[in-house]
Amino acid sequence: MTPPLALDAGLAVLVLAVAASTIAARGTFASVIGFVTYGLLLALAWVRLSAVDVALTEAAIGGGVTGVLLLTASARLRRAEKSPAPAEHPGLVLRVTAAILSTLVAAGLAAVVLMPASPVPTLAPAAMANLPATGLGNPVAAVLLAYRAWDTLLEKVVLLLALLGVWSLAPDLLWGGRPGPRHLVRQESPLTLLAQFLPPVGIVVSIYLVWNGATAPGGAFPGGTILAAMWILVMQAGLADAPAVGSRTLRIVLVAGAALFLAVGLAGFVVADAFLAYPAGYAKPLIVAIEIPLTLSIAATLGLLVAGPPARAPEA
Amino acid sequence: MTSATLYGLMGAGLVGLGLYGLVVYPHALRKILAFNVLGGGVFLLFGVIARRGASSGLGGDPVPQALVITGIVVAFSATALAVALVVRLVEETGMAALPSDDPPAERAPRTEP
Repeated sequence: MTPPLALDAGLAVLVLAVAASTIAARGTFASVIGFVTYGLLLALAWVRLSAVDVALTEAAIGGGVTGVLLLTASARLRRAEKSPAPAEHPGLVLRVTAAILSTLVAAGLAAVVLMPASPVPTLAPAAMANLPATGLGNPVAAVLLAYRAWDTLLEKVVLLLALLGVWSLAPDLLWGGRPGPRHLVRQESPLTLLAQFLPPVGIVVSIYLVWNGATAPGGAFPGGTILAAMWILVMQAGLADAPAVGSRTLRIVLVAGAALFLAVGLAGFVVADAFLAYPAGYAKPLIVAIEIPLTLSIAATLGLLVAGPPARAPEA
Repeated sequence: MTSATLYGLMGAGLVGLGLYGLVVYPHALRKILAFNVLGGGVFLLFGVIARRGASSGLGGDPVPQALVITGIVVAFSATALAVALVVRLVEETGMAALPSDDPPAERAPRTEP
């Protein structure tokens, strides 16, 4: 076994062990900590699979933002739950049956992995052949914002729909108010220090990822997620309050990315010859112009998804 | 064995683990976590397909890689919605698990709505 392969094998065993401990941990808190570790280790696996763009997204979303979301939720559940452990534990028969069926599914997938198709299907040559037309240097960004721009537009809409779903869980009385409790600033707390020092660095990293995303791994999603993480940190430390969900400015920021994307897409009917087609020679400037509001919208949406439904009545 | 195959087997194992957790644990937050573990495994299988499709000087096929990025973001938004639903459920009922459809005989009969 060569050293890199030994490293891969070690990582694979570690990820499986962490995943198993996430599933089987005694408390939900331990389970969430396991999941954050799992997300970060998975990002390493993505690097090893030569998918640095995916690794950045996985580390930022899978390890970072999802972790904050689940930690906040598990703390809130612990306070609200009357019966901390659900009384009904599944019986031995169910557990054994579930174990056998899950093993069968895993074995089936493993068999597919061990019998690769030949020739291997790939769109890499086509993606590279059309790359000059987009003016971009990063083929993944070209797929996301040119070849399959439709997917990215709809993904943005899904984010907004999820946010609407979260907001709609608020009681009528609180609609339009601010989400979550007001966090108090504790001057001596390391969290406050972190929330003061980290955001400037995070904002620069995020701008770098978005700007550089056209030619190197990065782009609107990892950039937006890091920006969101900085905002969540500042909100959690109490240095800034969450905005009222009824705020018009906030609504504009939320829909700006998708709206501009859609406008450029519709303009494609006139200036190019199809929906979401970019006119020749203008692809790259248009893509960068879409990515900037898209990043802000993504950051705002992710931050508010973590903040949760409105919990304080709107100030009249 | 190549490292792509190794990670493919790991992905298959993660799908199995996630599926088991999803079926067995009644706590709703555990189910969400298990579902995300399962999703991570599915994404990884995509990544293996992408890695095997490496050509034209690229480390992997960019199309499945871009699909996975979209998938991670959609999975996060679904997770956020599910977590908000669970928090609301607990605030309403004090329990983070749904009652099973046909409770054993010794339990109190279900109250009809």
